[in-house]
Amino acid sequence: MSPPPSDSTPHISNGSDAPDTSPAGSFEAELAKAGANVRSRRGMAVFLARRYPLGGVGLAIVLLFIFVAVFAPYITSHDPLSTNPAISLGAPSAASPMGTDFMGRDLFSRVVYGARTSLAVAFGATLLGVLFGVLIGLASGYLGGWVDLTTQRFIDMLQALPTLILAMAMAAALGPSLVNTIIAIAIPKLPSIARVIRANTLSLREMPFVEAARAMGMSEMRIALRHILPNTLAPLIVLATAGLGTAILVEASLSFLGLGVPEPHPSWGRMLSESAAEYVRTAPWLVIFPGLAITLAVFGTNLLGDALRDLLDPRQRTSN
Amino acid sequence: MDSAIQDKAAGGTQPAAAKAVLEVEGLKTYFFVRQGVVKAVDDISFSLAAGEKLAIVGESGCGKSMTALSILRLVPDPPGRIVAGSVRLDGRDLLTLSDADMRRIRGNQISMIFQEPMTSLNPVWSIGNQISEALMLHQNLSRQDAFDKSVEMLKLVKIPEPARRAREYPHQLSGGMRQRAMTAMALACNPHVLLADEPTTALDVTIQAQILDLILELQERLGTAVVLITHDLGVVAETAQRVIVMYGGKKVEEAPVVELFEAPLHPYTQGLLAAVPHLAAMSGLAPAQSRLKEIPGIVPALVNLPKGCTFAPRCPFASDVCRNEFPPYETKQPGHSVACWHADALLGGRHA
Amino acid sequence: MGAYLVRRTVLLFVTVLGVSIIIFSLMRIVPGNVADILFESSGYIDQEQKAKIEAELGLDKPLVQQYTGWIGGLLKGDFGFSYMSERPAISEIVPRMPVTFKLGALTLFFTIVFGIPLGVWSAVRQNGIVDNTLRMITLSALSLPSFWCGLLVLMFAVHVFGVIPIYSNEPRGIWHELALLSIPAFVVGFRSSALIVRLTRSSMLEVLRQDYIRTARAKGASEQTIHYHHALKNAVLPIITLLGIEASHLLGGLVVIETVFNIPGLGRYLVEAIRWRDYPIVQNLVLFSAFAVVITNFIVDMLYAVFDPRIKYSE
Repeated sequence: MSPPPSDSTPHISNGSDAPDTSPAGSFEAELAKAGANVRSRRGMAVFLARRYPLGGVGLAIVLLFIFVAVFAPYITSHDPLSTNPAISLGAPSAASPMGTDFMGRDLFSRVVYGARTSLAVAFGATLLGVLFGVLIGLASGYLGGWVDLTTQRFIDMLQALPTLILAMAMAAALGPSLVNTIIAIAIPKLPSIARVIRANTLSLREMPFVEAARAMGMSEMRIALRHILPNTLAPLIVLATAGLGTAILVEASLSFLGLGVPEPHPSWGRMLSESAAEYVRTAPWLVIFPGLAITLAVFGTNLLGDALRDLLDPRQRTSN
Repeated sequence: MDSAIQDKAAGGTQPAAAKAVLEVEGLKTYFFVRQGVVKAVDDISFSLAAGEKLAIVGESGCGKSMTALSILRLVPDPPGRIVAGSVRLDGRDLLTLSDADMRRIRGNQISMIFQEPMTSLNPVWSIGNQISEALMLHQNLSRQDAFDKSVEMLKLVKIPEPARRAREYPHQLSGGMRQRAMTAMALACNPHVLLADEPTTALDVTIQAQILDLILELQERLGTAVVLITHDLGVVAETAQRVIVMYGGKKVEEAPVVELFEAPLHPYTQGLLAAVPHLAAMSGLAPAQSRLKEIPGIVPALVNLPKGCTFAPRCPFASDVCRNEFPPYETKQPGHSVACWHADALLGGRHA
Repeated sequence: MGAYLVRRTVLLFVTVLGVSIIIFSLMRIVPGNVADILFESSGYIDQEQKAKIEAELGLDKPLVQQYTGWIGGLLKGDFGFSYMSERPAISEIVPRMPVTFKLGALTLFFTIVFGIPLGVWSAVRQNGIVDNTLRMITLSALSLPSFWCGLLVLMFAVHVFGVIPIYSNEPRGIWHELALLSIPAFVVGFRSSALIVRLTRSSMLEVLRQDYIRTARAKGASEQTIHYHHALKNAVLPIITLLGIEASHLLGGLVVIETVFNIPGLGRYLVEAIRWRDYPIVQNLVLFSAFAVVITNFIVDMLYAVFDPRIKYSE
């Protein structure tokens, strides 16, 4: 279930593929500035692993969870939904390593399948948030004028609500479903992403290479998508990764409050709400394992996010 | 300009005769970085008499600022460390003092004026409070008394409306005024030694002379000895009595100011003088109208210094011995010493 | 300054008004209203009865009229009626305020008292044992869901002391209440202070590199003075921003922790109200939290000018 530690090195080089797609090799340039030997992919992987050991650990944790989510049926033989009153509230044993819940469902299977729900919501909400956040930010920064003014006011309004409160209101309004939970978590992400993209767009718009593209008769739309967007990739990756952990936490909180992903999807947060205070005394395993899963998953994304931020966007470390 | 230097020579103190307030001996400050050891200050020795004006000249990166910071024990550690030498103030070795004792010296008996008055003053403290701090630390003054004294100090450095300015913040003052305030701060506790690190470099040309005059006037009035660190030989000519030339972390020449300008012995010093128009003309290194000379090559990175004389790669007189061994430090004339294998030849050449 | 204040206030009300429209729309796009929920539980729908209830609650009126009715009422101090209890919303909300405010104040207190000094300590010992330990602790704190942390605390209390420190409505005196509130406040504050530690550290590291810190050393100031008087006052601006965000978003954290610890405050009430589609309560509570956010932002901007003499709000 846990990967060998040596796994982390090749994974790191995989992870670096994503920013690689940006033009002009800005990622390599960053690395070179950091003093890396970037002549080979292997050299880059070794450099990254050495320079950001915690980021490597974070990446390994994230990949572990993805692995568990994808191969859930092969990892556990129990059906996470099948109930068996005979073994209700069973303590951890060889048959069910994390015990069983009040309906006799195998907790280990539920935690394993819970990774699917959690990651689906986290990645879904992040993707959705990034997609619309980028669109709003690009439009706002690039078009300017009244578009910018209206979007800014709208963003102000969204930011005037605490993340969880907004997500709760959204979830309540949309009704309980997996997709609706994803939307409810994506909406509070919009403002920060749109802000960063807008700020970057504003400064990039005045750059000589954009002027040059314009002089060559490139259409504004093409300039925005081909020149401006790729250059905002680094802060975007940083924001998105940092947002993954928050998304997992918000999903867990929503489900804990009964406003998140509904049955039959096993959700870590809801497992805790089912087992809340009353089982604290009688069946602590019901409290410990789902919470551990949430914490570890968020810890992994946080470690990864920190390393990416150090690597891609050194300015963000000190700016507010 | 000529007359200014002549005046200095006439009134110049004899360093050997006067009692030394500050004696630096064999000072070595190294930086330990990933690429190796950077010898930022490498075996520097000099002494400073009470009330004397000493200049340390050299290009940026030659270790002159680090020498001053080493004296105050303010070398950023890590990566820097003072690895050898002694710094004696009134006979007391500062390098062996406890941190608490050293703090009682800083700002009190030795103080420093920094290059950038904009960034060297705390932006969220009023000017008066920043000056008061030194007074409260070292003279046990109450907050009110210290503030009153600060206003007096601002008056002393000729800041108009000192009482109002004391309540203002650095961003409300002009560059020249900030450097005046910095000077007031440095002199508030009447130090024995003032280290001025490029005090005028960041200022407008028109303000530079004013600030220099102010520092000189005050040091004379208060009897403070000054170490003036600069890359500007014009400033040296106007202010100093004695000059130390540094190159690549080492002292390469030391002489009374007139002697240095008239008969520089080290090829590097000659190169420096030749690059300054009116000084070059004065020292006879170049005809007044000729094109300015520059020293070929660049300042060496202090990591991986060449084996022999640090200046050899750029020196027109360099021979095999220069490239293999650092020259000994020898006194060629009274008060004039140099580290160069060819100094005698150069000296002879000049006299011939 | 005067013009600035006027503009700020206008903007503040525009934002709050916008939020009110967003909330109102959100509460209306959901299929089904409180009448449906009432009938859902009884198993069949009596259309006549349903129409009567809707008319009683004003749900049959056009949306615009419902909205203006709500806002108009608010301006007159009328918060509407709770569907659940059929009592005025104000008399449901106000009694729940004190405990939430106390909890929030305690949380902020813990956040500042732990966050800032530990952040300074971490920065001063950059890359030392203290710094690395704190970095791991803060990263863990940021990964810990507060409700799980709360459950763990409950579990610990049960297994070690044999009691569940659930909030009681009639605390025995102020110290008892303080003790009971401190536990959930600490759980919420753990996360916020971790954020503050990290920001204080990075902000301090930035400031400690500045020239004026060297000037202070050259003056003979002690390290203690340099860290807390010279550096912190410069490093504090981003910290205030984050504290403002944390303060204004407190209700989000309290929603969860009040549920875990069974504290009868506004947060838990909001969760119940959302479950029951109790629009008047939800609308007013969410609007209240938006108001708290914009007011806090305003206070933060004013604090900037207090801490940084370079900031003046003149335009």
